[in-house]
Amino acid sequence: MTPDQVLDRCRELVNQPLGAVALQWKAAHPGGRAVAAYPVWAPAEIIHAAGMLPLALLGGGTSVELTHADARFQSFVCSVAKSSLELGFQGIVKGVDGFVFSNICDVARNLSSIWKRNFPDAFIDYLHLPQNSTSPSVPVYAANELRRLAAAFEQAFGLKVTEPALAKSIEIYNALRARLRALYAFRIAEPQKLSTTELYVALRAVTCVPPEEAIGWLDVLLADLPRRDARPRDRLRVVVEGAFCEQPPLGLLEVLEEAGCYVVEDDLFLGWRWFTSDVATDGDPFERLGAAYVNQAVPSSTRHEAREHRSAGLIEKVRRSQAQAVIFMPAKFCEPALFDYVLMKQGLERAAIPHMIVEFEEKMWTFERTRNEIETFVESMLFD
Amino acid sequence: MATPVTERQYQGKVHEHSRRLMSDWMGRLSRAEAEGQPTGAIMISGNCVELLLACHILPMFPEVTALQNAIRHKSLPLILKAEQAGYSSDNCAYVKADIGLFLDGGMGPGKPMPFPTITVCNYVGCNVYVKWFEHLADLSGSKLFMLDVPFARTAGEPTQADVQYVISQLKELIALCEGITGKKFDIDELREILGYSARAEEGYARSKALCKAHPTPFDAYFDAINMMGPINVLRGTKEAAEFFDVAVVEFEELVAQKLGPLSEERFRTVVEGPPPYPYYKNFRNLFAKWGAVAVASTYSTVGGIWEWGFRHDPRHPLESIAEQMLRENLTNRSITSRYQQIKRYVEEWDADALVIHSIKSCRLFSAGQGDMRDYFTRELGVPTLLVESDLEDPRYYAEAQLKNRIDAFFESLEHKKVVAVGAAGRRGAGAPPSEATL
Ligand code: SF4
Ligand code: SF4
Repeated sequence: MTPDQVLDRCRELVNQPLGAVALQWKAAHPGGRAVAAYPVWAPAEIIHAAGMLPLALLGGGTSVELTHADARFQSFVCSVAKSSLELGFQGIVKGVDGFVFSNICDVARNLSSIWKRNFPDAFIDYLHLPQNSTSPSVPVYAANELRRLAAAFEQAFGLKVTEPALAKSIEIYNALRARLRALYAFRIAEPQKLSTTELYVALRAVTCVPPEEAIGWLDVLLADLPRRDARPRDRLRVVVEGAFCEQPPLGLLEVLEEAGCYVVEDDLFLGWRWFTSDVATDGDPFERLGAAYVNQAVPSSTRHEAREHRSAGLIEKVRRSQAQAVIFMPAKFCEPALFDYVLMKQGLERAAIPHMIVEFEEKMWTFERTRNEIETFVESMLFD
Repeated sequence: MATPVTERQYQGKVHEHSRRLMSDWMGRLSRAEAEGQPTGAIMISGNCVELLLACHILPMFPEVTALQNAIRHKSLPLILKAEQAGYSSDNCAYVKADIGLFLDGGMGPGKPMPFPTITVCNYVGCNVYVKWFEHLADLSGSKLFMLDVPFARTAGEPTQADVQYVISQLKELIALCEGITGKKFDIDELREILGYSARAEEGYARSKALCKAHPTPFDAYFDAINMMGPINVLRGTKEAAEFFDVAVVEFEELVAQKLGPLSEERFRTVVEGPPPYPYYKNFRNLFAKWGAVAVASTYSTVGGIWEWGFRHDPRHPLESIAEQMLRENLTNRSITSRYQQIKRYVEEWDADALVIHSIKSCRLFSAGQGDMRDYFTRELGVPTLLVESDLEDPRYYAEAQLKNRIDAFFESLEHKKVVAVGAAGRRGAGAPPSEATL
C-alpha cells in the first residue's frame, strides 16, 4: 500500500459507525467481543489481552442528531457526552459489547451510570484512575484497579486476562505507540509532508482496528511519507491543546491549516498515546501498566500531577516541537479543559509564548468567524 | 388556591446556636495567623475533618466561603473578576467566586482569613475539586496534598484495595501535618474526636428521621442548612455533638406539638440538588406559598449520609474515616445510586413529589438529571419538577420563569389531590395521584 492508500482506508474506517466496525471484526472472529473506551485513557492492553477488540467511543461527531439524549443531559453539558449516549439510543453502537469510562470529569462519571441504566445489557465499567501522583501506594492501587477490570471482563464474557497475555499485549501496544511517537516526531520535523487532518484520520483509524493491523499501516506511512514532495511554507507552528476528549470536527482542523498554521503538536486522542516511553514488561504486568499510567504519562488535564506546574508539560511541548504559539481548543462546556486553560495561559505568559483560544463543539459546521480569528492571530505573529 | 400559607417565622434555638458556633469557628480562623495556628483548606464532601483536628490543624472550607459570599449577595463581582482572569462562564462558579476573592487579596467572607498553611484536596467524587485546589494552592503558595479517594464503583462494601489506598494516604497526611505543626499525632486523641463525630452523626440522623412526622418539624432542605455547618465543618468537636443533642430535643417537641415550619403542610417534597444561595429566601418563598415543605433532601448528605446508620467508629479510627470518605456520602456515589436514595426518601418519608433543582455550576449533581426525571416520572410515577438555576451565580436565577414552573407544578399537583380525594370519597378508599406530569 502507498501512504495515500493507507490514508484512504483510514478515512473509510472512520466514516463507519462504531457498531459496524465491531460487527465486521466479529464476523471475522466468531465469538469475539468488542469493548470501547470513552476518553481519555483506558487500558486497551487489557481488552486486547482478553482477546477482544479495543475501540474508542468518541461521540457522534457531526453525523448524529440528538433525539433522546438531550432530554437526559442539560444544555450546559458538553456534546460528546450527549451524542455518545445518543449512539446508544439510536442503536449505532449495536455490536459493541462493553464500554469503559473513567474519572476524567463529573459528566463522564454520570454518563457511565446513566448508560448502564438505559442499556442494562451492555457491560459497563468505571475506572477510578489515580489522581495522587506521588504516594508510594499508587502502583499497588492502580494494579488492583486494572486487575478488577480484568476480573470484570472474565465475569461478563468468560475471557481471562493472563499475565503472559497482558505482557504480550503491552509489547504490541508499545510497538504501536512507538510508531505514533515517530509519526508525531516526523510531523514536527516536516509538517509540510503530513497534514493535521491526515494524521488525525490515521490516529482515529488506529482506534478502529486491532493494533497489529494498525502497526502495518503506520510502518507504511513512516517509510514512505518522507519521500513525499512538499516544500515548507511560511506558516505559524502551533501546538493545539485542550481537545483531549470531545473531538473537533475535521473542518476545524482544516481551517487551522488553511488559516496559516502548521499544527506540530496536539492532544487529540491523547489516551491512545498516553505513555512517553515503552511500558516495561518484566515483572507483574498489571503493576507495570498501572505505575506507567502515573509515571510515564503525557501531561493531561484529566490527571493531577503534583511534580510539576500545570503549564510545564505544555511549555515543554512547545519547546520540543519548536512551536511559536499555542492554540487552546477546549470543547464547549468542557470543565477540565476550561479550568486548565487559566493556569496554562498564565504559564505561557510567563514564558512569553503567544496563545489564543478557540472553543468548539463536535457538531460545529460553520468556521468563518474562527477562520478570521486564526488568520488575524497568524498574521500578527508572522508579519509583526 | 385556598387559604394562604404563612411561615411560622420560628427560628428556634437551632438556628441561633448554629450561627454562634459557625461564627466562633470563623473567629478562630481569623485569629489563626496572629496566633501561629496552622490552617488547612479542605472540601466538604466526605471530608476527614477529624484527622485535621487531631493533627491540630484548623480546618477552613472554601466552599463555605463561597456560599456565604453568595448569601450576602457578594458573589457576582468575585465571579466576574475570575472570568476576567480567564475562567470560563461555564466553569463552576463556586470556584470562580473563591478565586475572585483571592485575586482581591482576600480569603474569607467578611472577616479576614489567613491563606491556608496546607491545602488538602479530599478528592471525593467531585472532579472539580482537583482543579479548584490546584488553583488554590497555586495562588496561595500552600502545600497541596491530593487525597485520592476511589469512587464508589463496585457493589456493596468498598474493596479492601480501596480502603488500604485511602488509609495509606491518610498516614502520609498525618506525617505531613506532624512536619507542619511539630506535634506528634496521637491516635487516642483521634478516637476521642471520632466519638464526638459519632454523637453528632446520630443527632443529625435522628433529626432527619423526625421529618417523617406530619407535619415535618423543619424543612429538610432550606432549614437543614443550619445543621450542615455543625455536621460538616465542626464535626468531631464537643460543641457540634452538643448542638445535635439540643436540636433533637427541640425537634421532638415540635413533633409532639404538631408544629411545622409553615402554617400548613400541603405538599411534602424531596428536594434534589444544592440551593440557589444568592436567592435563598426568594426561592424558598416560591415553595412556601404552596405549603410545600421538604421532608428530605440530597444536598444535606453531601458531607455524609448518616440516615442509613453509618457512624464513625473510634475503635477503628483510620478505617472508619476511609470508609466514610469512600461510601458514606452522596458525592462519591453514582447518580443512579442517588435515584435509590431519593426513592427511599419518597417512600419512607411519605413525600408527594420530587423537586430537582438543577445547578449549572455543579455537573456532579446535575449532569444527567433529565434521566433522573425520566426514572421518577415514567418508572415510578412520582410527580417530578425540574427547574434550573445556580448555587452561586445570580445571573442564572430567573425568578419569573422559576415561579411559572413551580406554580404550574403545584397547581397540577393540587388538582390531582382534589381529584384523588373526590375519587376516594366516591369509592370510599384512598386513591394515589395518577401518573406524573411536568
Ligand atoms: S468533553 Fe470535557 S466535560 Fe465533556 S466528557 Fe469530555 S472531559 Fe468531560
Ligand atoms: S462542581 Fe459541584 S460539588 Fe464540585 S465544586 Fe462545584 S459546586 Fe461543588
